[in-house]
Amino acid sequence: MSLAELLDLLGRDFMQRALLAALLTGLAAPAIGTFIVQRRLALLGDGIGHVAVTGVALGLLTGASPTWTAVVVAILGAVLIEVIREQGHTNGDVALALLFYGGLAGGVLITGLAGDGAAGLQVYLFGSVTSISPSEVWYTAGLALVVLTVTLGLLPQLFAVASDPEFARVAGLRVRAYNLLVAVLAAVSVTVAMRTVGLLLVSALMVVPVATSQQLARSFRSTLLWAMVLGGVAAVGGLVIAAWLSARATVAPGPSIVLLALAMFAATWPVGVWVRRRRRLAEPFPALGTDMPGPHEVDEHPHEHGDDCGHPAVRHGDHVDYVHDGHRHAPHGEHYDEH
Amino acid sequence: MLNPAGTPVVEARDVTVALGGRPVLRGNDLVVRHGEFVALMGANGSGKSTLVRALTGLRPLTQGSVLLFGTPLHDFKERHRIGFVPQRGTAAGGVPASVREVVASGRLTRRPLLRPAGKADRAAIDDALEVVGLTDMAGDGVSTLSGGQQQRVLIARALAGEPELFFLDEPTAGVDLPNQRALAEALRTLSERGATVILVAHELGPLEPLVDRAVVMRDGRIAYDGPPLAHEDVHGHHHPVAGTHDHAPHVGSPFDTMSLDPREDRR
Repeated sequence: MSLAELLDLLGRDFMQRALLAALLTGLAAPAIGTFIVQRRLALLGDGIGHVAVTGVALGLLTGASPTWTAVVVAILGAVLIEVIREQGHTNGDVALALLFYGGLAGGVLITGLAGDGAAGLQVYLFGSVTSISPSEVWYTAGLALVVLTVTLGLLPQLFAVASDPEFARVAGLRVRAYNLLVAVLAAVSVTVAMRTVGLLLVSALMVVPVATSQQLARSFRSTLLWAMVLGGVAAVGGLVIAAWLSARATVAPGPSIVLLALAMFAATWPVGVWVRRRRRLAEPFPALGTDMPGPHEVDEHPHEHGDDCGHPAVRHGDHVDYVHDGHRHAPHGEHYDEH
Repeated sequence: MLNPAGTPVVEARDVTVALGGRPVLRGNDLVVRHGEFVALMGANGSGKSTLVRALTGLRPLTQGSVLLFGTPLHDFKERHRIGFVPQRGTAAGGVPASVREVVASGRLTRRPLLRPAGKADRAAIDDALEVVGLTDMAGDGVSTLSGGQQQRVLIARALAGEPELFFLDEPTAGVDLPNQRALAEALRTLSERGATVILVAHELGPLEPLVDRAVVMRDGRIAYDGPPLAHEDVHGHHHPVAGTHDHAPHVGSPFDTMSLDPREDRR
C-alpha cells in the first residue's frame, strides 16, 4: 500500500473513530495498569479479560450491546477476584486462574448457543477496527475519561494503598474500598480496550508500557505518565500498522499493538540495564562506623562456622559450639557468643 | 527521661488477641502517657508485634479495649495524630517510586481528597526528610537504597503527617550500625519535640539511652514493665533453663541427682 493510499485510509470516518478509541485506550489502560503492577498483580487484567468474554457472549446471546454486558460481567468478575484474594490470603493466583478458565469456557459455550460460533467472538478477542460504530466510540471515550480522571485524581491515595496497605489502613484510608476501586477501574479499562486490542491481549496494554517506562523512570509519577505516553503511541502506531497491512492480509489490530509495545520494551531494556549499572557504580561505599562492636560480639570471622570450617565442633546442650583460638563460639543471630 | 509523663495517650485494658483460635495475647493492660518512650521487648513470637498491631487497629481484639487519646479505637478518626512504621524489610513495590513520593504518602492523613499538596504539606515533607537525614536522596528511587536507608524512609513517611504518637515495629531489625545510629538520632529529635514513641525491638542497640520504660512480653503476656533492662535480663538466652513448670513430682532412683538444671550433668 502506498503512502497516499494509507493516508486516504486513515482519513476515512471509521478509521478516525478507531484511532480515537485506540488513543484513549492506550492512555487509560497503562494508567490503571501502573497500580496493578505496583501491587504485583500483573495478570489481573488478563483474568478480567477472560471473564469479560462471558459478558460479550451474553450480549451476543441476548441481543443486548456486548459492550455493556461486558462492562457489567467484567466488574462483577473483578470484584469477585478482589474478594477471593482478600479472603484467601495466599491463594490469589488460584482465584485468578479459576475465573480465567471459567470466563473463557463460559464465553465460548454461550457464543455457541447464540449461534455465532468462533467468528462472532473473534472480533472481541483480538480487536477489530471496522466494527466500531459511532455510538461505541462515545461509550469508549466516556469510559476512558472516567478511568483517567479517577486514576489521576486519586493518585496519592491509590499509590499509598498499593504500596503499603497496612500503613494506609493505620493512616485511616479505606484500603478495601480503594482496592475494589482499582479492580473496578481495571474492569472498565478492559472493556474499553476490548474493541482495539481485544480481550485476550488487553492485559498487555496494561502491563507492557509500564514495564517499559520503569526501565528508565525513578519515580512513580513519571513511570505512570511515561507509561501513558508509550501506551498511546503503541495503540495508535499498532492500529496504523494493522491498517497498512490490511491491503495484503487480514490483520487484527490487537496483535500489532501488542507487538509494537513489546518492541518498545525490547528497545529500552538494554538502556535500562545500562542505566542501573551506572547508578550502582556511582554509589559511594557505605560509611564505616568508627567505634568497635560491643563486648558481646566477636567480630573476627572471615567465615561462618559449619561442618567443614576446620574448627572443632563441640555439642553443647541444644546447640553446637566451635573451638576458636582457645575459646568456644556459639552462633547467635549475626554474631558468635563466648561459651 | 526526655519528657515528663503527661496524660494517658494509649490505654489498653485486658487486650486479648487470638489468631486462628490460638491466643497470641492474653489479657494485657498497658497505659502509655504523653511524652513517654516505651520499648516493647521480648523473644520472637512473644506477641510484641501483635500488641502494636492491636493498638493500631490492624488486629481485631478478641477481648478488651483500646483507647487512643481517650477515644475508643473504632471511633478514632483523628488518624493524623498517630504515625505507624510497619515491620518491613523494604519500602519498594512493583513500580519504582522516589523517596519523596513514599514520604509524601504519609502526609495523606492531613490532606483532604482531591486537594493538591500545599505549602505546609511540602514543608512537612522536607522537614521529615531532614530529620532522617535523607534530604539529598529525595529524588532517588527507593529500591536503590540500602535496607537501613529504606527503614529511614518509612520513618520519614510516618513523620510527614506530624503525628503525636508513633508506633514503630522493629525499626532496627536487619539494619547496619551506622543506619541504626541515624535512626536513633531521628527518634531522639522526635522525642525531644514531645512525641510519644512506642517501639518494638528485639535488641535496643543505639536506641538504649532514649528508652524511658521497657515492657517485656513473654508468651503473650506482659512479663515486666518498668525501667529499661540490660539485654541479658530480657533474653537470658545463653543457657535457657529447661522448665520448672513440671506438675508431676520428681521421682528418680535414690542416687539420681534431682537437679532441674541441665548444666549440672555436664560439669
